[in-house]
Amino acid sequence: MSPAAKTLPLLRKSGQQVRGELNGIADADRFALEAGKWQSRAKWRLMVLNNLPVSGPWGERHLLGLERLSAEQLTTVLDLAEHYDRATFGGTQRLDVLKGVVVANLFFENSTRTRTSFSLAARRLGADTVDFTASSSSLSKGETFIDTALTIEAMGVDMVVCRHRTPGAPHLLARHLKASVLNAGDGTHEHPTQGLLDIYTIRKARGRISGLTVALVGDIRHSRVARSNIHGLVKLGARVIVCGPATLIPSDITRMGVEIAYSLDDILPEVDCVNLLRVQFERQRGAFFPSIPEYANLFGMNGDRIRRGKSDLLVLAPGPINRGVELTPDVADGPHSLILNQVSNGLLVRMACLTLLTQERRRLQGGEA
Amino acid sequence: MSRKLIRGGRVIDPANGIDAIADVWIQDGGIDAITSVREESDADIDWRDTEIINASGKIVCPGFIDTHVSLREPGYEEDESTATGTAAALAGGFTTIAAQSDTCPVVDNRSAAEFIRLQAERARNCRVYPLGAVTKESKGEELAEIGQLVQGGAIGFSDAKSPVANSEVMRRALEYTRMFNRPILHFAMVPELSEGGVIHEGFQATRLGLRGIPAAAQDIMTGRDIALAELTGGRVHLMCVTTADSVERIRRAQAAGIAVTADVTPHHLLLTDEVMDSFDTMYKCNPPLRSAEHVQALIAGLKDGTLSAITADHQPLAFEKKQVELDIAPFGICGIETLLPVCVKALIEPGHLTWSELISRLTVGPAAVLGLKHGTLSTGQPADVTVIDPEEQWTVKASEFRSRSRNTPFDGKVFTGRVVMTLVDGEIRYQKGVSVPCS
Repeated sequence: MSPAAKTLPLLRKSGQQVRGELNGIADADRFALEAGKWQSRAKWRLMVLNNLPVSGPWGERHLLGLERLSAEQLTTVLDLAEHYDRATFGGTQRLDVLKGVVVANLFFENSTRTRTSFSLAARRLGADTVDFTASSSSLSKGETFIDTALTIEAMGVDMVVCRHRTPGAPHLLARHLKASVLNAGDGTHEHPTQGLLDIYTIRKARGRISGLTVALVGDIRHSRVARSNIHGLVKLGARVIVCGPATLIPSDITRMGVEIAYSLDDILPEVDCVNLLRVQFERQRGAFFPSIPEYANLFGMNGDRIRRGKSDLLVLAPGPINRGVELTPDVADGPHSLILNQVSNGLLVRMACLTLLTQERRRLQGGEA
Repeated sequence: MSRKLIRGGRVIDPANGIDAIADVWIQDGGIDAITSVREESDADIDWRDTEIINASGKIVCPGFIDTHVSLREPGYEEDESTATGTAAALAGGFTTIAAQSDTCPVVDNRSAAEFIRLQAERARNCRVYPLGAVTKESKGEELAEIGQLVQGGAIGFSDAKSPVANSEVMRRALEYTRMFNRPILHFAMVPELSEGGVIHEGFQATRLGLRGIPAAAQDIMTGRDIALAELTGGRVHLMCVTTADSVERIRRAQAAGIAVTADVTPHHLLLTDEVMDSFDTMYKCNPPLRSAEHVQALIAGLKDGTLSAITADHQPLAFEKKQVELDIAPFGICGIETLLPVCVKALIEPGHLTWSELISRLTVGPAAVLGLKHGTLSTGQPADVTVIDPEEQWTVKASEFRSRSRNTPFDGKVFTGRVVMTLVDGEIRYQKGVSVPCS
């Protein structure tokens, strides 16, 4: 962490050229109190811009995974997301902190949800977005993945949001591009913004992460969401249990700081939050368990299991959910479910990530000039 | 009549138990004698017409032998040709190589084997012996024309990186090759367990979300090959052993008198799977880089002779083939020119092997696998000699490779120990810093 990163300059407010400095984390409570005094949209914007709580450590040009982030950096993102939540009435207000920035969504793997969320997040901050969806393999197009990315970058792109089926593909981009690279899921490796939004959702519901017990249930082996969750949750002090069929729990995962359980029923009484990972049939080579009914029987979250869990059990699912496999409809739509909150929070977390990366990028460019 | 004297070097000839400061005399392309260091004042020597090569401070040893080198010609000339591959071999200190059969078309017939020999003669670099395919097109289904391949010069049989998965086919191949006293060089890997894998299965694979190739995939096939060698009396040589359990199985089989030998690569001795968190395709090789405990077992196996040969497992690949995503990038390291310095770093510097032991694994070991007489400095042998500067510190520059390809993870890395001269039949075919155009 460079010393300069500790006191970041505020984002340039295009048009009005308002610049400000803020030391220390914005007092969200003060902010909320003052909220009543501010009514007009223009005044809201000004207030948001002048109170970005970005004095926490960041200093990353790319967001490739949560593994390389510290607990402090993770908290910086979560705090900024929380700030955006309050300041924009849950992300419904449009800001222009990223005005003039071009964000390219480079999706080499289909994903309507994540791409839409990133597009909306970028636009809410005033950035321009361009979507590029390619077939999954670079070879099938005759143009390499890097050449495709370089071509898009040459059109004047500042930030590339990359989804790819190969682990490490965004890392490859980061080595070749001048733009900031944001990993929107690389194969079975990491999905940092999903990890952050899951953690944000838990923190919002409980006010903290430290000391909570979180169970990641299902297809751990093929889940990038699991890996990002593990890195983030463990660093922030949660107890993490991975639970699923033995065929879907990869070797030596305990070295990542988690516990392994093969029985969901056994761990249920201790758990504050279950994150139900989608069974990734498309990534599996052959069958990893005998049948879907058997999976649902052993690892599916149903009303009966909800009743046996803690009364305030949180149920998360990164989606898209397979109703009837990972969870039953009554659970998905029930009072314990935070599934739709996750989607809304995804927008805030992505706004925070885009802001921090742009800020770092501008800081570096300022240093070069 | 031509005469050369390689003077005053540390002559290491493991086959004859020599490790001393000495002179090596070469007459008409053959080793004439190894003598104590002679002075020019010595009157009993006729110094006229003697070309003197000063090897003071250098190691003088038999030329290295590699049991399997991928020369990629015909079919993959974008990666390598016989001329560039053999030039690279010379630069790596190799005077004899066995050419892998994985060309296109595959070397599964006599004329294909003869083409390899013809191209090697044209290149006039190092000695090249073709390996023939075990099965037609290396598909693992029907035996190739092994007898005719022998007539065409095949020194052994291998389906390169395609395992002969069908045990019945492997059994017949081992029985059939016995007639010709040729080994089968097998890549022991269970295809169902390794399919789609890019990295050693273990913590790093889990952490990075990369599909793993378990050690068991190699161990199971190693065990099967040993059982079939015992059953048939055929000779099996296991290429690129990378796991602790495989080493132990081979050790026990050798103790029981079963005809099994094995080799290991320098990169599997120096690197572990931890380097994969760079997601750099240059590290992607098959078998994958393993974890530290496997590396320790490989070094122990090399030291006690269970692994009798070191191979570069030279897999040249054109630049663009590696500039892609990790899962679709091909396996392989272009390694023959960096074998010695990597071995020095992995084996000599930590004190695992003596120079004599290392050179033995590069000469007599592989010579025995292939049934060759090369690999010694015995009087009357062709003067295939490698001169090494064991102290030279240098930076590997892939751009200066003689190989057509540059796919090395060692580019820009600093090493100690370098091949400075390579002679074949008493002729200087490689000299550091002297560029020789490919003929």
